Amino acid sequence: MFENGNKPRKLSIIASKGSLDMAYPPLILANAARMSGIDADIFFTFWGLDIITKKKMNKINMASIGNPAFSMAPYAPWFKIPTWMGALPGMSALSTWMMNREIAKLDFPPVAEFIEMVSDAGACLYGCKMSMDMMGLTKEDLFEPAEILGAMEFLEMSEGAQVLFV
Amino acid sequence: MTDQIFATNSLDNVVFNEEGFMDDASAWTPEIGEAIAQTLGIQLTDRHWVVINFARNEFETNGEAPTIRRITKNSGVETKELYALFPGGAAKIAAKISGLPKPTGCI
Repeated sequence: MFENGNKPRKLSIIASKGSLDMAYPPLILANAARMSGIDADIFFTFWGLDIITKKKMNKINMASIGNPAFSMAPYAPWFKIPTWMGALPGMSALSTWMMNREIAKLDFPPVAEFIEMVSDAGACLYGCKMSMDMMGLTKEDLFEPAEILGAMEFLEMSEGAQVLFV
Repeated sequence: MTDQIFATNSLDNVVFNEEGFMDDASAWTPEIGEAIAQTLGIQLTDRHWVVINFARNEFETNGEAPTIRRITKNSGVETKELYALFPGGAAKIAAKISGLPKPTGCI
């Protein structure tokens, strides 16, 4: 009755996107996993690296073009923003500001604080070695507890885990 | 040994759901909390009680078990410590010991 499941579960998340709306799902899932006693690893690759890069983690932006579902929700959900409008100067900044405001209303922390919270909760953070080489990043550029890992090592670590690509 | 017997006795008339959360939060007493903690292998300290009392208060005010975020923001117990106090899923374990339903918040 009091046991926490029969065998230990583990969630391995690959975070590959660096836009605001795609930065939250891996963090929310990793945090939810830790809250329920499930182990969680996040492997940050390609643009996802921005989420754990010290200089960028506070400046994660919304993409205002290339998203067919992009609308003025919750203010005017019926208004789908056309691609040409999303390309106007300031649109990305405006939508980033709006989304940050909505996220704060739900008491979700900003990305940088969220990363710290997830890490304190016991999730392990890894920067993809290949992506880091490509972008000229070193371990000093990453948020403190994050480590560098190759794709093969990540897969080895993920044996038996549920793997999720975001 | 005496502790063990005491623990079993305090839980005799307590009804739990399948997941081990108390059915009726109002039937909870600190002794029951102590006994549940023992079955989970946790020895309650003052810091545990800070969290438990905070969770009970939150439940009385809001009608639901607090999320980790609420606990760490408002009780003075930080994330790392909270997970160390309640190993194996801080949100669920803290709610179980506090006699509260499973927390529903995402964070």
